Amino acid sequence: MNEKPSVIDIRNVNFRYDRENVLEQIHFSVPEGAFVGLVGPNGSGKSTLLKIILGLLKPKEGEVELFGIPQDQFKSWDRIGFVSQKANSFNTGFPATVLEVVMGGLTKKMGLFRRPGQAEREAVQQAVQSVGMEAFLNRNIGDLSGGQQQRVFIARAIVSRPSVLILDEPTVGVDSQNVDSFYRMLTHLNHELGMTLLLVTHDIGTITDKVTHVACLNKYLHFHGSMKQFIELDEQELSDLYGHGIRLLDHHHDH
Amino acid sequence: MIEAIFAYEFLQNAFLSGAIIGMIAPLLGAFIVVRRLSLIADALSHVTLSGIAAGLLLGQTYPVFAAVNPLYFGMAFSVGGSLLIERLRGVYTHYQELAIPIMMSGGIGIGVIFISLADGFNTDLFSYLFGSVSAVSRDDLYAVLGISALVLLTVFLLYKELFILSFDEEYAKASGIPAKLIHFIFIILTALVIAVSMRIVGVLLVSALMTLPVAAAMRMAKGFKQTIGLSVLFGEIAVLCGLVSAFYLNLAPGGTIVVTSIVILLAVLLWKRIKN
Repeated sequence: MNEKPSVIDIRNVNFRYDRENVLEQIHFSVPEGAFVGLVGPNGSGKSTLLKIILGLLKPKEGEVELFGIPQDQFKSWDRIGFVSQKANSFNTGFPATVLEVVMGGLTKKMGLFRRPGQAEREAVQQAVQSVGMEAFLNRNIGDLSGGQQQRVFIARAIVSRPSVLILDEPTVGVDSQNVDSFYRMLTHLNHELGMTLLLVTHDIGTITDKVTHVACLNKYLHFHGSMKQFIELDEQELSDLYGHGIRLLDHHHDH
Repeated sequence: MIEAIFAYEFLQNAFLSGAIIGMIAPLLGAFIVVRRLSLIADALSHVTLSGIAAGLLLGQTYPVFAAVNPLYFGMAFSVGGSLLIERLRGVYTHYQELAIPIMMSGGIGIGVIFISLADGFNTDLFSYLFGSVSAVSRDDLYAVLGISALVLLTVFLLYKELFILSFDEEYAKASGIPAKLIHFIFIILTALVIAVSMRIVGVLLVSALMTLPVAAAMRMAKGFKQTIGLSVLFGEIAVLCGLVSAFYLNLAPGGTIVVTSIVILLAVLLWKRIKN
């Protein structure tokens, strides 16, 4: 998968909490413009790997490069947008409109003492449009459904125009009939806006027909390649790398 | 009433201070409520009381201090108390609310000791406890003006940081906003506003002026800016109605202001109920 330069490059990373090894010998990269699904069961080290990419945890061994720059010298964090699992840090009763929440994504970029002007309002408008929430601009965030709230948080993450968007289990708390349109919106960001996506999930069935690349993680990286290579694996190989039988073509109809 | 305000300096002091406090207390209150820090305001007001008592006692014992407005002692204690609360919240990471009863009882305890040492005070103390229409001095008014200018300027300049810190603290920290510094500035401002508001509404009821108008506004508002706007409107109504009725009925304004706030809150809840 060396067809394009990598925006995220992880080489030979090991990580352990206390004595327990969480990640071992991880080689992982995200090519520019790709839609990468990082899949693994609960406790497989997905969140740890994300935290390492975001610089929140330091690996004991190995190298992390972002946009070709070693992580400890990397400064342009505004090029990386991050959407965490819904509702872990915000209280739904908070009296803020969609406009106010998305504008919050520009706080760091604007810098201290600056107040939003025309350019910022336009950026918010665009971000809200690309997640299909423009009709809700002046609604309180607490009045929206889980899926709509998650779209708003994606708008907040992309309003500062990052080139990579990292999503941690974004469909947790999104009702199943809206999951489809949620993924369509992600595909739109990937295709039309050229945004590189890294999506973390424990549920491989829902993403097989959306992503361009797959990485299967369970302490070791068991598979890492394009979707085409992944589909060519037979049932036995799949079962081996994922630890149990998975249904590759379960297109999330039966949730 | 209007004529009386022009005629008497003490009424000018009370109404001007009241009008300003009716604005800045709910303004900061909006941030305090959404950050679930309402009880911190209560704890700080009790610490302020011990500062006031210390100031009064010092003034009684050493004539040098008699010239110093006890309000400044109250402010110093309140700011000190706010820093202590932060330390305590850090000590009891899993029981952060413990910091509040510790500071609250500590503030009252120390205050009571100072009061008994001074062999009980005159009506002065009563006015600090429940507010006063007649006891607000020019000096108090200047303190209110100074602190308000500071609060308004800070909220204007740091609005977006204060907002994101209140809405989503983790996100604020992750995106590299100086969250600790902003929080520190915010808590100091809160301490100062509590100290100066006390002259009008009194120690025991100052936190009500920071929370009740916000509680009403949150039921009606679309968005956070509107929440602030409505909170300030309700705060102003409560303070002005409260002061007028306190003046005519010869009551402590703390009581009338809080009762007006409660009436506004009930009216909003009722309106909301009928609307749905």
